[in-house]
Amino acid sequence: MIASSVDGRRAALSKVVWSVVGWLVVFIFFFPVLWMWLESLKTEPQAASSPPTILFAPTLAEFQEVLSGDFPPFFINSAVASIGSTLLVLILALPAAYALAIRPVKRTRDVLFFFISTRFLPFAASLVPLYLLARDLHLLDNIFALVLIYTTINLPLGVWLLRSFLLEIPNDLFEAARVDGAGFFRELTRIVVPLIAPGIAATSLICLIFSWNEFFYAVNFTSSVAATAPIFLVGFISGRGLFYAKLAAAATLASLPVLLAGWIAQKQLIRGLTMGAVK
Amino acid sequence: MTQIPFALTIYYSFFSWNLLKEGSFRFSGLDNYSRLLTDESIRTAIFNTVLLTLSVIAFSVVIGLGVAMLLNSEVFGKGLMRTLMIAPFLIMPTAGALIWKDTLLNPLFGLLPYLLSPFGLGRVDWVNQFPMVAVVAVEVWRWTPFMMLIILAGLQSQNLEILEAAKVDGANAIQTFRRITLPLVRPFIELGALLGSLFVVQTFDSIFMLTYGGPGEDTTNLPFLLYLVAFQGFSIGQASAIGVVAVIITTIVATFALRTLFSIFQVEARR
Repeated sequence: MIASSVDGRRAALSKVVWSVVGWLVVFIFFFPVLWMWLESLKTEPQAASSPPTILFAPTLAEFQEVLSGDFPPFFINSAVASIGSTLLVLILALPAAYALAIRPVKRTRDVLFFFISTRFLPFAASLVPLYLLARDLHLLDNIFALVLIYTTINLPLGVWLLRSFLLEIPNDLFEAARVDGAGFFRELTRIVVPLIAPGIAATSLICLIFSWNEFFYAVNFTSSVAATAPIFLVGFISGRGLFYAKLAAAATLASLPVLLAGWIAQKQLIRGLTMGAVK
Repeated sequence: MTQIPFALTIYYSFFSWNLLKEGSFRFSGLDNYSRLLTDESIRTAIFNTVLLTLSVIAFSVVIGLGVAMLLNSEVFGKGLMRTLMIAPFLIMPTAGALIWKDTLLNPLFGLLPYLLSPFGLGRVDWVNQFPMVAVVAVEVWRWTPFMMLIILAGLQSQNLEILEAAKVDGANAIQTFRRITLPLVRPFIELGALLGSLFVVQTFDSIFMLTYGGPGEDTTNLPFLLYLVAFQGFSIGQASAIGVVAVIITTIVATFALRTLFSIFQVEARR
């Protein structure tokens, strides 16, 4: 009896100790995000003070300034590029994944390998030819070019991910549907899509994250008309003086969609990031 | 769609071509490659790429493993901890890098120099004096949550009965970790490290925002060098040759990554 109560107390103590350690580590990692939020709620003099201002009356003035200024078009471009490319990926990847998973052809494994190898090809490998192509087609600084590029970047991932979800559907279901005389289209809309809804969510999330945050192509292919949210932030590197509060407000707004989506769909995040390998 | 441009990249890499000079497109054989061998910049860039990738992966795997184990043990508020922990990975990399540079590391107004001033590090300009340290720190901050998520998934697939049995058999915490936990999460660590390195090899955003490859070429990696050569120098042929080198390096890593990926799928299939 005595021994077990000592054990119990020791367990409780270790839980407290590890909780404190854990929260400390999490606080350190989360702090830059928290600090970004705090800075965004300050006035400019407060944000650029030495020593740093810790206690202050929060204000939304900088958010208002960013939103009423030249930021919205950048944000809209980001939305068009990422949502457009995500939809295209889904439309193209679903039939491909279906073919690879449900009705495997010869050498499926090779096809898969080829698909995924394209995702691992560094952006550096295709930047120059794509740039020249876009230039010749007059697609530079055109949001349509970014939609297409992000689609090709995310398509292999989409096929691979959706396939991993499709493989989990029991074969009997399809056979039953076929016996009942369901055609391919019926099979797709009535069985496949409802059953892999989480898979579609995971794929969309990953595509959204990669295309929303993408910078390498955006900075090289756009300049003003089609520039996306990360390009807006480039303007803060130099030449705008000490606008830290405004910078923080813009950074907060630019990061918000992906942060919220990732937080809401945490379960899908891990599966998407590991290409379906980890559930 | 990505393979055809790469074929063109290889093609261009055998030509000398300055985009700003009309009619400068001419075949130059292996000139671009022989220049790579003698060029100081490319050697620096390869070295920086390898250094950056290895250190970011090493630190983020070790810290990620630690955090994952914390989140897998009995602690208060696990769910919220995990939610807050993944934020650095979700924040737009350009935004994250700017926040670090201007509000945390800035020697005049930054928070970190202020907090470190009692230790005599108050006026250290991290981004300019230790540029590689700054880039690595920001990238570790970003990739640790990624590693943590993957390793945590591995830990959670652990069989609790085996852990109980080990405890009953009198194994201490270190023995349990080395003999049971580590072998079990090893494939997950490998997967995280390999997938992560495929992304970290391509680091561009944070270098662009933090140091712009400098000072000098101290933080110029292969993607950034390619950007400089292609879009500041407009040497399409030379840039293509750099692209080919980047692909060769990535392919070596990717081959291992794919093998790990397939082996995990096969273990899954056997279950």
